[in-house]
Amino acid sequence: MRRVLLRLLFVFALPTLLFVSWWLASDNSTDVFWPPLRTILKTFPEVWTGERLKDDVLPSMLRLTGGYALAAVAGVALGTVIGSYRRVRAVCEPVLEFLRAVPPPVLVPVIMLFAGIGDTMKVAVIASGCVWPILLNTVEGVRAVDPVMTETARSYGIKGPSRITHLVLRSASPQIFAGLRQALSIGIILMVISEMFAASNGIGFTVVQFQRSFAIPGMWTGILVLGLLGFLLSVVFHLVERRALAWYHGLRAAARRSP
Amino acid sequence: MRGRNLALGAAGLAGFLALGEVVPRLGLVKEAYFPPTSSIAAAFADEVADGAFWTALGDTLTGWALGLAIASCAGIVVGVVISVVPYLREATASTIEFLRPIPSVALIPLAVLLYGTELRSVLLLVVYASFWQVLVQTLYGVQDVDPVADETARSYGLGTWARVRHVLWPSALPYVMTGVRLAAAVALILAITAELVIGAPGLGARIAVAQTSQAVPEMYALVVVTGLLGLLINVGARTVERRALAWHQSVRGEVAV
Amino acid sequence: MLEVRGLKKVYEGSGRRVEAVRDLTFTVDAGELVCLVGPSGCGKTTLLKCMGGLMTPTSGEVLLEGRAVDGPPPGMAFVFQEYGRSLFPWMRVAQNVELPLKQKDLSKARRQELVADALRSVGLADAADAYPWQLSGGMQQRVAIARALAYEPRVLLMDEPFAAVDAQTRADLEDLVRGLWRERGITILFVTHDIDEAVYLGERVIVLSASPTVVREQLKVDLPDDRDQLHTRVAPRFAELRTHVYEQIQAAKRGAPHLVRTDTPPPH
Repeated sequence: MRRVLLRLLFVFALPTLLFVSWWLASDNSTDVFWPPLRTILKTFPEVWTGERLKDDVLPSMLRLTGGYALAAVAGVALGTVIGSYRRVRAVCEPVLEFLRAVPPPVLVPVIMLFAGIGDTMKVAVIASGCVWPILLNTVEGVRAVDPVMTETARSYGIKGPSRITHLVLRSASPQIFAGLRQALSIGIILMVISEMFAASNGIGFTVVQFQRSFAIPGMWTGILVLGLLGFLLSVVFHLVERRALAWYHGLRAAARRSP
Repeated sequence: MRGRNLALGAAGLAGFLALGEVVPRLGLVKEAYFPPTSSIAAAFADEVADGAFWTALGDTLTGWALGLAIASCAGIVVGVVISVVPYLREATASTIEFLRPIPSVALIPLAVLLYGTELRSVLLLVVYASFWQVLVQTLYGVQDVDPVADETARSYGLGTWARVRHVLWPSALPYVMTGVRLAAAVALILAITAELVIGAPGLGARIAVAQTSQAVPEMYALVVVTGLLGLLINVGARTVERRALAWHQSVRGEVAV
Repeated sequence: MLEVRGLKKVYEGSGRRVEAVRDLTFTVDAGELVCLVGPSGCGKTTLLKCMGGLMTPTSGEVLLEGRAVDGPPPGMAFVFQEYGRSLFPWMRVAQNVELPLKQKDLSKARRQELVADALRSVGLADAADAYPWQLSGGMQQRVAIARALAYEPRVLLMDEPFAAVDAQTRADLEDLVRGLWRERGITILFVTHDIDEAVYLGERVIVLSASPTVVREQLKVDLPDDRDQLHTRVAPRFAELRTHVYEQIQAAKRGAPHLVRTDTPPPH
């Protein structure tokens, strides 16, 4: 019981402290850029109504989901092919290293040329920024499949699609998830930026609108929404990852216990 | 073996460049959208001859380096303090887990309002994004310190500072280096983003100008420059990391004997 | 049943040429349990991989029931030394055993029957839902054996399967293999570097020379069929056979040229 209380104290003490100090420090603020927290929180339900969730948050989420899913499928598929053949890997490596090194936000103006400023552009931007970490991590994971497991599969006649799903992808999944995690933060950045650049709705668009029209408390609520979104997506990702890689964490824990 | 891989890689690169030349020439995509490699190369040569390009490159690198330096120092100091002071790690865990995934681009409007297109706008975004990379890796590194080594140091009566210097820091260093390497890549992304979106001077702003003035080959040339910059930073950071770790292991080897 | 004729394997790479196996010829009859022993590094694993169709020999051939082996044959199962890396850690025990069966044209009911039967045979009926890494090393190797049994092979190739488990577990696993062999009548080729293990398990022991490898001697083990760890290992005949194999291996290590090829056991 005491340990539970202590844990709760550890989890909530500092956030509460930070919240209270923000509240107190900003309470009598007359600085237009730093409105009192009280005002920001009061504005929050006025701004983020059901209507706004449907018209701005939902489109943003759909773009992110679409682009991210496209990148995941393409990255894993291409990565599996490239990782499986040594020659193909040697041919592609320098080009891939270069493409990965291009900072994803510069893709926004390039893709705008092809895809205009609609949803296609945003989905394409998100997909083409997210695909590299997934692709390169998949290549690494596929390349590193244990040779004993490969021989086991061969000697028991496990080949073709069954080999890919039961051996290659499962064995590479820890690396694939590492790539997916990196891609998630890149995806959120690109979602926001592409909406700031050219859009008529979306969270990024809304936040910039507030800033341009000097609706400062509204802008602050937008920043909070983006922060919450980032946090929630990372929690969801963590839960999915824990489930999908339960075997991997168990294996590592077992290996630590008996080195 | 290595020679053959290099040759294959060069062939791949040549094929990639040739594809970039042929596809627009054949009219598979419009040249106005996707200029052939040769005209991108020509635009690249023009850029290199232009003094304004070098100023922009300098601005980008300044924002990147300053931001990375601030974030690294802050990340390391905060990480070590959190690990050394009793209970601080448990008390800060939830806050770090909450703040870390907040996308730094959420701060763009605030940066615009507070600092406009000044360097400080760039720094705000770069520091926020790269700080977490360094901090989290430092925390992992300190957690990985061999408890036996630490207890040995305690039993010989080493003080907190001496333990940080001789036990904790050497063990955590590989992780810190990884954190700085990751932060270097993130810092470049955010520096370019700030220039592109906010308009702070630098390569990003130059890309935005090229875009609005329909100077498509110049825009592609600048994108290639940012890619090369990213590549250079990745390769450089990996080399520094390897060097630093080689030094680190040799030192550990001496101590062990 | 299983025939190796003039097998030779040369590794070539980065300018070096290593002759691992020079010239091997021997046969294994149907239903026999044969142990291969040789000094460490003598190409035992290379030989076994060639026999299992995992590796192509430089020259010579392997015949299974009269047909040349040019890939993993369906009637053959392999048990690897590295049990931890041969079982898939993302699958539970039963799934690991079932996976190879999915490649065969079997009904689900039949597959489950085979899995349950194989796990029961190795004494792991209760562990079906565990992950391999939750089990001890010996239990993991039992799972690998169960996977091989469920595959219903006519020939079982075992590559130093007990080299990485502790002595007591090893004794249990040896008895398990002998029990399964007598019960199911599978042909087993068992590779080991442990002389005691070879003599205790085998009906016949093939002693290999040092690399480049040839057959040094073939020896019939004339111990009774009923063997147990306590009595067999202290029997005078066991000691004689072991000493004989030991001398052969020592001679092989020294590279003694005198090659004995005989099927007659040493005199009593």
